[in-house]
Parts: sequence; structure tokens; C-alpha cells
Amino acid sequence: MSLLSILGVLSSAIFSGTSLLYATLGEVIGQRSGIVNLGLEGVMLVSASCGFAVTSMSGNPYLGVLAAMLAGGLLNMILGYLVISRQANQLASGLALMFFGFGLSALIGKSYVGAKIDGLPRILLPGLSGLPRLYASLFKFDLLIYLAVPMAFLVFWILFRTRWGLGLRAVGENADTAFASGRNPRLIRYQALFAAGVLAGLGAAHLSIAYTMTWAEYMTAGRGFIAIALVIFSRWHPLQAIAGALIFSGAVAFQLLLQSSGVEISPLLLDTIPYIVTMLVLIAWGGHRKHSAPASLGRVYYGSE
Amino acid sequence: MAKIADMYSKILNDAVRYLLMFLLAFLLFGLILLIFGKDPIQSYKDLFISTLGSTYGFSEVIVAMIPMLITALAVALPWRVGLINIGGEGQLCIGAAFATWGALTFQNLPAWILLPIMIILGMLGGALWAFIPGYLKAIGLVNETIITLLLNSVAPLVVGFLIFGFWHSPMDTVKTANFVPAALLPTFFGTRIHLGLIFGLVLLALFWFVMKYTRWGLEMRAIGGNPQAARRSGISLKGYLIVVMCIGGAAAGLAGMAQVSGFYGVLLLNFSMGLGYMGFLISWLAGGQPLGIFLMSFVVAIIITGGNLLQLTRGLPYAVINILLAITLFVVLARPVFFERKKA
Amino acid sequence: MKPTSNSNDSQSTQGPLIALRGVTKSFPGVMASDHVDLDIYSGEVHALLGENGAGKSVLMKILYGFYHADEGQILLNGAPVSIQSPNDARNAGIGMVFQDLNLIPVFSVAENIALFLPNLKAVLNPKEIERQIIEISHRYNLKVDPHALVSQISIGEQQKVEILKLLLSDARLLILDEPTRVLAPHEVEALFVVMDNLRKDGYAIILITHKMREVLECSDRISVLRSGRLAGTMLRAEANEDRLVALMFEKALTGLKIQPKDGTGKALEPLLELQDVTTHREGIGTELKGIDLKIYPGEIVGVAGVSGNGQKELCDVVLGMEWCKKGRKLLYGNNRTNHSIQTMRNDGVAFIPENPLSMASVPFMTVLENMALTNTRRYARQGGFSMDWDAVKADVEETAKRLGFAVALYAPAKSLSGGNLQRMVILREMTHAPRLIIASYLTRGLDVKSAIAAQQALVQARESGVGILLISEDLEELFTLSDRLIVLYGGKIVGEFKPEETDIYEVGRLMTGHGIQHGENS
Repeated sequence: MSLLSILGVLSSAIFSGTSLLYATLGEVIGQRSGIVNLGLEGVMLVSASCGFAVTSMSGNPYLGVLAAMLAGGLLNMILGYLVISRQANQLASGLALMFFGFGLSALIGKSYVGAKIDGLPRILLPGLSGLPRLYASLFKFDLLIYLAVPMAFLVFWILFRTRWGLGLRAVGENADTAFASGRNPRLIRYQALFAAGVLAGLGAAHLSIAYTMTWAEYMTAGRGFIAIALVIFSRWHPLQAIAGALIFSGAVAFQLLLQSSGVEISPLLLDTIPYIVTMLVLIAWGGHRKHSAPASLGRVYYGSE
Repeated sequence: MAKIADMYSKILNDAVRYLLMFLLAFLLFGLILLIFGKDPIQSYKDLFISTLGSTYGFSEVIVAMIPMLITALAVALPWRVGLINIGGEGQLCIGAAFATWGALTFQNLPAWILLPIMIILGMLGGALWAFIPGYLKAIGLVNETIITLLLNSVAPLVVGFLIFGFWHSPMDTVKTANFVPAALLPTFFGTRIHLGLIFGLVLLALFWFVMKYTRWGLEMRAIGGNPQAARRSGISLKGYLIVVMCIGGAAAGLAGMAQVSGFYGVLLLNFSMGLGYMGFLISWLAGGQPLGIFLMSFVVAIIITGGNLLQLTRGLPYAVINILLAITLFVVLARPVFFERKKA
Repeated sequence: MKPTSNSNDSQSTQGPLIALRGVTKSFPGVMASDHVDLDIYSGEVHALLGENGAGKSVLMKILYGFYHADEGQILLNGAPVSIQSPNDARNAGIGMVFQDLNLIPVFSVAENIALFLPNLKAVLNPKEIERQIIEISHRYNLKVDPHALVSQISIGEQQKVEILKLLLSDARLLILDEPTRVLAPHEVEALFVVMDNLRKDGYAIILITHKMREVLECSDRISVLRSGRLAGTMLRAEANEDRLVALMFEKALTGLKIQPKDGTGKALEPLLELQDVTTHREGIGTELKGIDLKIYPGEIVGVAGVSGNGQKELCDVVLGMEWCKKGRKLLYGNNRTNHSIQTMRNDGVAFIPENPLSMASVPFMTVLENMALTNTRRYARQGGFSMDWDAVKADVEETAKRLGFAVALYAPAKSLSGGNLQRMVILREMTHAPRLIIASYLTRGLDVKSAIAAQQALVQARESGVGILLISEDLEELFTLSDRLIVLYGGKIVGEFKPEETDIYEVGRLMTGHGIQHGENS
């Protein structure tokens, strides 16, 4: 269990978990406004495909990232239309969006199987230039990785320190009270969903443009669903999502660590731990209001009068 | 007399509405195909001919329909008492795993003993996986939707662990050895349609019968219709919540057993590919009604099976068929109004 | 920004701040507000008194923009204003504190107030908000910790937050809807002090209440509503309990027939006995405190009281929906404290709730199916695999004949009118020879014919030895039907009489809390 292998685990977790963190942050915003997006997996797939396609066509990875963000925001608008304007069931609508994403991403990405792109450039973490090359290579991160944690802080600041964030959280707790305060819950939910989609797109962009730099069907590998669990694990708090993302994406890497020190636990079982812990957390805090889900999560808002 | 006329006109109304919605969906999908340079008309022709045009195609549709029929029931029953069971995916998985254990452990038993054992094991697995969320909901601690979603993610990991760790075949680490013939559900007439179809139809009929005629169906409908009134009438809410959730899980577990025993003949990783979620959607589309479930699972099966052929002939990845599925769902969820309806 | 100070005089030389002229509103079947004229001046506490159903809530909701009046005008400082929504009301400086508070439990006090601040900055300045809160709360003695979560503070403090919300949104007229219902005695005193301070600073306050003490202690003027009409307005100096009670309740109860009791003495054992029963308060509910009650066979025990003083909790405790924190419940002498509803029903307890649609029937099921809900086991055949609907039908028809009801067996419950639905529920509950009936607001919202039919059903039951607990807000009904009458106030029984021993004035006084020791309860 050398220092190198520990650092290797950390580096791997950071690379793998960045897209997860972005997606989780987006879903936190969405759920805080009262909408659960089961279609997150599909949204991420389409965003990843769009981003990859645009990068490949234009040769500019930054353009690709923007495309992915836009795609995510727009796709979430479908969910928004169904759930807000047509007052459809959130779970069913989310699942439908998921299938849509599966299909659309396959259609877009089909012509890019095996394509190679120049992804986002990787820059060494400042201050580490003195390290031997082997170590240094573990810490060459791309722009999106560097922005991930600051983004979590930004989301925290927006939710808890701005007027819009206050209104958004109010809508997620009690849309009628928010309405009584003169706000428009429907509009706020649309805005929240768009922001959530943009963040999901950012995460997907990292996956296809900066991390794997290839395209494959179902390339998000369940990250969308993991993000939903992560939101619950982090108790809908953006800052706790940082730790959660590391834990969730680090399990496999952690298993290698254990293995090299002689402990044999199946990586699959290790992967279940975050979910089980999430459930235990929910059960333990079930009675306490502060740590439970936004009160209006999943509910259709019918408006008054 | 007027009542029967009313009923017919309502059914006609609904039928026309659904027809129009499907047409709209097919139109939109055709548009998307056009955008990507494919011929929609030809694609649709291929779709329907391959599925409904031949006996083999038709039988394949039925095969695809079987598990979804049962998982839809796994959602529809709990829904009657107000429970949202989106955990079919996980319950299916665990049910399949339990049944697989039976298949691998009792390899020497004859089919007429082994299969019933596997059936019971499958239902037990699914029921156990559903008991946790059901119990937590009954004591008012946690929402069952969240727990079932989380358990859905845990189930394949557990099953994968069992395969890798204990059950995998010598040649292949992602699946078990092939089941012995005694552990396979019999098929019909040289097609791949297996006994699971009978399970599904029987369960469907039972569901319909219980809800309409029995005492428990009455009490369940009361709980679903007005939980407070049901409680004040002396009906035990907690009991029903737990039991019905477990029965739903058992159904999903049975579907899992049927898939591994009747369709695959082996347990492999990620065999489900969304069957549980599909069941949820079908139940939702059908409003939890037995006849609707039957029809919807048939329609969805056509779409899915047809997708296979589109892949071969049109150069479209199989995943594309998901778009048609999704658009159909979008249209139904959006509840469009086609004509000005006079409010009764 | 507070309004210009007025003198301590409740009527200033200016015109009224808010005036209602001829405000009328009717709902299907009932005239909720009947050409009401009302003047509210700055710097006064104006009490709005009246029984349930008198129209206080509706009138205030019109003023606050929830309802639109059919006729009439609202004048702000003499000029007509159009109030179509709560937003309009707030812009006009009208604020209302509802009985079910409009707060978000997981938010802090400061966040809840910030949510409603009209000029909130895009980037929140917590220090500034806190400063504003502390400044106003100190001025009017509305001390709360801005950082505390609403879920952690008491109801009294939550009310303070609601008032702070209004003050910080530049409201000039505060409407308080039954604010003391959920307060402890010392909190009530504190509220009176707050109201007094506000009044001195020129705010106008409308206090909706049914409690005489509050009215006489802290109001400047009093208006009494009865059946949607303004029964009278007077200065506090001119008012006393008798005059107010006379205005609140119908003065002459004509046609009051007291049923001759066929003197079965109390030698029989009580059917139901509650011993020192106390419940735990849920949110804005009322807790029962030390209830001692006996119901004997063949008697109707009437419960008088203004809605919200523990009636719902009393019914729920007897039925088994609500748990006793303390005390015992005995049914036919057997201890049934905290037993399930099913046990109570199996023992012959029936329940007729005040809202048949939401509490006793499944809307999409047919009447026939609803009939079987309380006794599914009895009608199940073949171990539960089928239901004997013919038997249900037969039983229902027999009871219907006995009671003189007509019932449409195959119509879905939701298509029935309120009166027919109540008939259906009564039918169901009386069908299996209950021994104890809990009837909660039996005739609320019913047309005359249905009401009489329901009352006759109860009397018929009494004649056959059933014990009945009848909760009602209709004093005439209570006086006519009850063999014994108790009065509920603040979760306690504050009076027990035979109807012939008392009159509506005494009951009315007890219902409004007069004669209760100051500081004992609220």
C-alpha cells in the first residue's frame, strides 16, 4: 500500500467523481424546488453525446462543453413541460425522459463510435511542479475538475444567500406559501429545472470530453441514478455532495486499496455501502424535519383558485 | 339503457383518444427519423411486418410481453392502496437470484418439483425486497418511493456479487452455468413463449377478480380511494400497506424467475434492462386497470421487438426504439385535448 | 413605515381606514355575507364576534382577496379599491394572520420573514434583515430568535413571526383570526400587550374571536355577526356579556320542544365512560384536558361549544383515532383505552362525521359499496372471496324503511348531494344495531328536510336504548334533542346541565369562556 497507490486512488476518484458531482448539484437544485428527475441518466447521455459530437465537428472542446450544457437545459424543459404545465406524474415523466435520452443519445452518437477528440487540456495542480513525473501525472486535472468544488460553493451560495434561492426553496417546501408571498411557483420550477439541466450537461461534458474522450452507448454507467441517491445521501445540501461524490465514486478505487493490503471484499458489495448508508440516514432522520426531503418533493402544484 | 349507451360512448371516446395519441407519437418519431436521414415510412412498415406479419414475429412479441405484464401488476396492486412501487427492478432481480439458487442447488430434482420450488423462491425473494420499504412506509418513517429506488441500485450489485463470488460458470464470470433442463420453464409450440405467459395471465385474472369481487379488494379500494374514511370504518391501514407491498414484490420476483428460467435459462448480470421501470410505465399508462395493462404491455412489446429488426435493416442502433417509446409516453402524459369536450 | 400616530381615542377625527359597504357574498345554498357595512379606524382594535357560520371568516377573506364579493365595495381611506387577490390586499396595506399559519417549518424565523419582505434585495443581507426584525420586535414586544427554526419554536412564537411578517411588509390593517385559540394564558396576555402597543402606534386591528373575555378586555369597538348579517356594533363601554350574547345567538328559540323523556333512571351501567382523558396536541389542534364523561343507554348527550375547542378530538378519542396521553376509556365497563378503531366498531360504536365526503365515504365507489365498508367481514362469503351484496342491499333497505330514507344504491358516492351523503352515512352507521353513536355536527350544511330526517333517526335510536354523543353548533338542535348538555371550552368540560335547567344565555356565556377563572385556561 504505497503512497503512489493511495494517491492513485484519490486521483481516480476525483476524475470519476467530477461528473457525478455536477449532476448531483443540478439535481439538488431541481429537488429543492420540488421536482425529482428520474430521467437524469438520459439527460446526461444526450448531453454527453451532444458535447462529444460538437467537439468532434468543431475541434473546439469548449464549444462542446457549451453544447452539452445547453442540451441538458433543453432536455430538462421537456420534463418541466410535462410536470409543471401538464401536471403529469413526476416519476413516470422522468422515466419517459430517461428512455428518450437512451434513444436520442444513441442516434446522435452512432456516427462517433471510435472517434477520437482532443479533449480539455489538463493542467498540473499549481505548486506541484517539483514532484517526480509519476506523481505529477496523477494530478493533472482539467478545467472542469478545478471548477467542480467552487461550483458546489456557488450552488450553496445561490440557494441560501440569494432571493431567488430563498424563493426556490420555499417552492420546494410549500408552493402555496411561496405563492402567497407573491412568487410564481411554476416559473421558479422551470428556472430550477433549466439550471439543473445545465449542471447535468456540465457533468456529462466532463465525462465525454475531458475524462474518457470517447463515445459509447450508455457511457454514463448509471451516474444519473447514483446522483439521485447522492442527493438523498447529502440531505439535499450542495456542500455535503462533495464528500458524497468522493465516497460514491471512490468505492471501487478504495476496494483496490483494500485488496493490496490483503483485505478481500467484493467491489460490488463495497458499492452497495453508499446506498445502504443513505437508507440508514433516511431512517434515522425520518422524524426530523430539517434533514428530510423538501416537503413538496414529487407533488404536483395545482395552483390556487 | 341510457347507462349502457353512456358506457359504450365513453369506451369509444377513450379508444379514439388513445388512437389519436399513438398517431401523434408515430408522427413525431417519424419526424425524428427524417431528421437523421432515415425513411420513416419504410421503417414503420418494417416494424409492423416483422412483428405482426409472421407467426415467429408475433411469438417474439408475446415473449417480450410476458415479464412486463407481470411487473406492471407488481406496480398496479400496490397502487390501489396508494403505494408507489417503483422498485420492481430490484425485486425482479432478487427474485431471479433466489430462483437461481434453487436451480443450482436442487439440480437433481425432477422438473415438477424443482419448478414450483423456484417459483416460490422467486416470489419470496421479491417479497422480501419489498418488505423493507413497505414496513418503513407503514410505520410512517420514510417514503417508499425513495427506498425502492435505492434498493433498485443495490439489487444488481448483490446479484453480481453472488454470481462472481459463487455461481459463475467456469467459462464466464458474468453469468452462471446454464440451468439444467429441469429448471427451465417449458415453452410452447417451438416458439420461445414460456410458461411465464400463463403466470401473467393467471395473475392478471386474479388481480381483476380480487379487486372486483372479494372483501379484500373492497377494503383495498377503500384505502386507495379515501384512506381516512377507510381507517374510520375500521379497516387496518398498516396491515394492508405491508402485505400489499410484499405481494407486489412477490409478483416482480416471479417475473424475474420467469425471465431467468423461461427466457434466458441462465442468470446473467443486468439481465433486466429496465423491465421493472417498463412495468411501472405500463401500469401508469393503463391507469392500473387489468385490461389496459394487457393492451399496453402488448403495444410496448411490439415497439420493443420491432426495434430489433430496425437495427438490422435500417442501420439504426437498437436504442433508437426507445425514442418511439418515450414519445408515446410523453404524448400520453401530456394528456392532450383533441376535441372540445363538453363537460358533463 | 408605521402610520401616523393617533390619539388614544379609538375613533379619530379622520374617516375610517377601511370601510366595507354593502358587501354581499353567497355560496350555493347559503348567504355567507348579507349587505355588511363595517368601518375600521386607524388606532383601534375592532373585535369581530360571532358563532361559527356567522360569516366572520368569509367577510375577512373577501377583505383579504381570497373571495370576490358579489356586491358591495371596499373603501381605503374613503376611496374605492379593487381587491382581487392577496397581493392586492397586501398592496393596500391589509395583512392577515390565519389560524393555520403560513410558515415553512424548516426555514428559520428570519428566512420566513424575508420570504415575505416586499423590497428584499437580490443578494440577501442576513445582518440587515436581522436588524430590521430585532428593531420591530423590540418595539412591539414580539421577541423571537431570528435564527431559530420555525419547527422548533412554540405556536405562540410562530404567531409572533406571522405578525412580524405583516409589520415588516408595511401592513396598516392587521386581521387576526382567532389568535388566542392556540395560546397559553401568559401568551394571551403578551398578545394583548402587543395589540395595545400597535394600536397606540396607529395600526388598525381586526380581532376575529368568539371569546367574550378578550373582546371585553382589549377591544375598542365590537361588531357582532349573525347568519351573515351585521347584528350590531357598539363601543366597548356600551357592551356587556348579556347584550353581546343576545346579539350572537338567535334571541328567541321558537318552537323549542323538549322531548318528554321516558324516565329510565340512571340505574343502568354507562355505555361509555371517559375518566380524566387527556390527549396530546397535534399542531394547531386542541388538546383535551381531564375529560370526565359518562354516556348511558337511551340518552343523548349534547356537546355545545364553538368549533375548535376540542370537539374533533373528543370524537376521535372515543372512536379510537386519537390516543389518550392520560386517562382511561371504558366501553360497557371494559377498558378500551387506545384500542383500535376496529375493536370499537366491532363492539358496536358508530360514527357520523361532520364531513361525510372526506371522512366517511370513498367518492368513486357506489353507495352500496360504501355501505359495506364498516362491516366487510360480516358480508364476506367463502372466506372473503366474494361479497354478499344482496345481503348488504337487504339490510340497507330495511334500515332505510325504518328511518324513512330513500337511497340510490348504485350511484357513485361523489355524485350525491351533501344531504344525501349524510343520509347514506347515517344509514350505514345505524344498520348494525349500534349501541353507541358519535354524531359530529350531524346537520351541518344540510337542507331542512335532511336535517330533520337525521335528527329523527337519532331520536329513534335513542328510543331503542342507544347512547348518543351529539356534537353540534346549533343550540336549538342541542336544546331540543339532548337529555343532558355539556359545554366544551378550550379542551375542557366547563358546564353540564339538563336542558330544562338552563338557557341559551348561560350556555352561550360558557361557550365564549365567561365565568372561567382568569388564567386557568384560554
